[in-house]
Amino acid sequence: MTVDAAQDAAQERIPAPVFGDVGGRRRFGRDPVQSFAMTFLMVALIAGFLSPLLHSLSISVKTPQQITQTRAPIWPADPATYEFEGRDYDVYQVPIDGEMRELALVRPGRTQSEFVDPARPEEGRITWQGSWRRLEPAWVFNPRLENYSDVFDLIRYPRLLLNTVLIAAIGVVGTLVSCTLVAYGFARFRFPGRNMLFMLMISTIFLPAAVTLIPTYMIFVKLGWVGTWLPLLIPTFLANAYDVFLLRQFLLTIPRELDEAAAIDGAGPLRTLVSVILPQAWPAIIAVGIFHFVYSWNDFFGPLIYLSTNRDLWTISLGLNQFNGVYFSNPGYVQAGTMMTLVFPVILFLIFQRFFTRGIVITGVEK
Amino acid sequence: MSASRFAQRIRMTPLARREARQGLMFLSPWLIGFGLLTAFPMVATLAFSFSNIQLNQAEPLRFVGFDNYVRLLNDRQAWHALGVTFRFALIWLPVVVIVPFLVALLLNSRHLRFTGVFRVLVFLPYVVPFVAGVLVWQSMLGLNGWINKFLQMLGVADPPAWLLSTDTIYPALAIMGIWGIGAGVIINLAGLRGIPTELYDAAKIDGAGAWGQLRHVTVPLMTPIFFYSLILGIVGVMQYFLVPIVLNNGTGAPGGSTLFYNLYLFKTFFTFSNMSYGATLAWFLFAITLVITVLVFWSARRWVYYAGER
Repeated sequence: MTVDAAQDAAQERIPAPVFGDVGGRRRFGRDPVQSFAMTFLMVALIAGFLSPLLHSLSISVKTPQQITQTRAPIWPADPATYEFEGRDYDVYQVPIDGEMRELALVRPGRTQSEFVDPARPEEGRITWQGSWRRLEPAWVFNPRLENYSDVFDLIRYPRLLLNTVLIAAIGVVGTLVSCTLVAYGFARFRFPGRNMLFMLMISTIFLPAAVTLIPTYMIFVKLGWVGTWLPLLIPTFLANAYDVFLLRQFLLTIPRELDEAAAIDGAGPLRTLVSVILPQAWPAIIAVGIFHFVYSWNDFFGPLIYLSTNRDLWTISLGLNQFNGVYFSNPGYVQAGTMMTLVFPVILFLIFQRFFTRGIVITGVEK
Repeated sequence: MSASRFAQRIRMTPLARREARQGLMFLSPWLIGFGLLTAFPMVATLAFSFSNIQLNQAEPLRFVGFDNYVRLLNDRQAWHALGVTFRFALIWLPVVVIVPFLVALLLNSRHLRFTGVFRVLVFLPYVVPFVAGVLVWQSMLGLNGWINKFLQMLGVADPPAWLLSTDTIYPALAIMGIWGIGAGVIINLAGLRGIPTELYDAAKIDGAGAWGQLRHVTVPLMTPIFFYSLILGIVGVMQYFLVPIVLNNGTGAPGGSTLFYNLYLFKTFFTFSNMSYGATLAWFLFAITLVITVLVFWSARRWVYYAGER
């Protein structure tokens, strides 16, 4: 096989050519034409990839009329009108003498129509030969920013925001405390069955949630916890495989010498964890914290099954879903709500994006 | 605890025994969580599937043997829902393995400038809350959404109805799903960076061009990543059902094409409050997922390349 051949060749230590190595990410040997083409392609792809956000943003400042009107531009626009001699007339884009002018149609006709220039009404009526029905209407930019303030009240945004932040913050605390303890146990202690327990834990990542859902839900019903935050919060204090795995992988990279020194100085394991390990593990801890925060913020299923009955405890995702059901005939409202839901995690991500990528690399590659 | 009994049997020193005890202490949050939230509910789900249990038990609780499984065999709606899931999986799995790889290849190109900015932007939709993401795309894929406006600009006279037509629903759902590829791209990127440069140099000496290097070096060495994406993709797609809940409250529209297996399970449980049959559907889903996953693991010997093995 070619791979073997390539590997054998690599083992013979053939010196690497300095220019044009595909695997390296060197700055030299970059062809400006190719560089431009590649970057241009990527810009186009990313523009397409993110265009739905812009689409939603544009819908979010439109009225239902602006959305349904035909031939309208993509930005929030109202047909332009002009008041002339006490009456409102529609404004059209009229080609006159090779230039496009926006004129108000005052007297439509089959083959010729009369217009008035809103900028210079004193010039009087302009007669234009042609069918006015073929003309494009003129538009004025008129965003309805009140969509946002309306939705803010209708959806009870401050309440939803507070609930979502509280659930996410408590969950972050629970996840960090429990997962750090468990990861430390897996990373630093030898005991029989450790590897088996670790494999067992990893295998839970692949377990379909449905197979545990029904009894879990019934237990929460019997405990009287459905309609409270407890089913969402308590499990975070019982660790989860994904975050334990990430933290354990990171703890394994911290040299043992320091813990041993602490142990010789008489520190117990908990003390070693707090004063020796944690100060070195903060990149992984921040990554897990942000992961859980975003996960919790975006979670829909948990709140859907456990909080649906208690409106006062709803999270923003649940509120938005319900809002979509009620206000589906006003897409401007729905998309304004959507924008208000996604703005916080997106900002959080833009601030902490390095920790995201690092955390994903740890869990994804170093198996 | 069985682990400590096991420890005594192999005669551990007191020091080792103390270490084992401390280790298990640190593991206790997960051990408790695993017992209460995974192991016990799993067994209970299995037990439920052989009973007539309901949330509000009207009839006396009893063992019903394989009644629920016989019902499943004859439940045309369940098989339809499984078919829906498989049909979507056939479209989705290639996408979820290949697209992040291609995007990572682009991002890893030495010709590309501003890679850092692009990487952040590719990842960005991954943090958009699920419900918000679905609503954004529902609007984008609408009859007058930008996708169709774009197609009309390109001269497509009769653009598809996307989420409203049974012909285009699965591609439309796959397009929506592409917004979540951020993590996959980063994992593929890390995989690409892990390929030793020497291999490319050696391939070049053997006369391989860009295509040859991609085919004979990059792709074989990336197969562990493809495998990882495929396994996670399978587990995810078998449980797929939240998008239709947001899109149309789980009605299955258009024409039952979004009545995914897990959605049927969810409705059996939450809408019709049928615990025992819901549990049966859940175990069946688990069994199918397990079989497929095991098959893929077994096939991995043939197509996944591990550098460490010989």
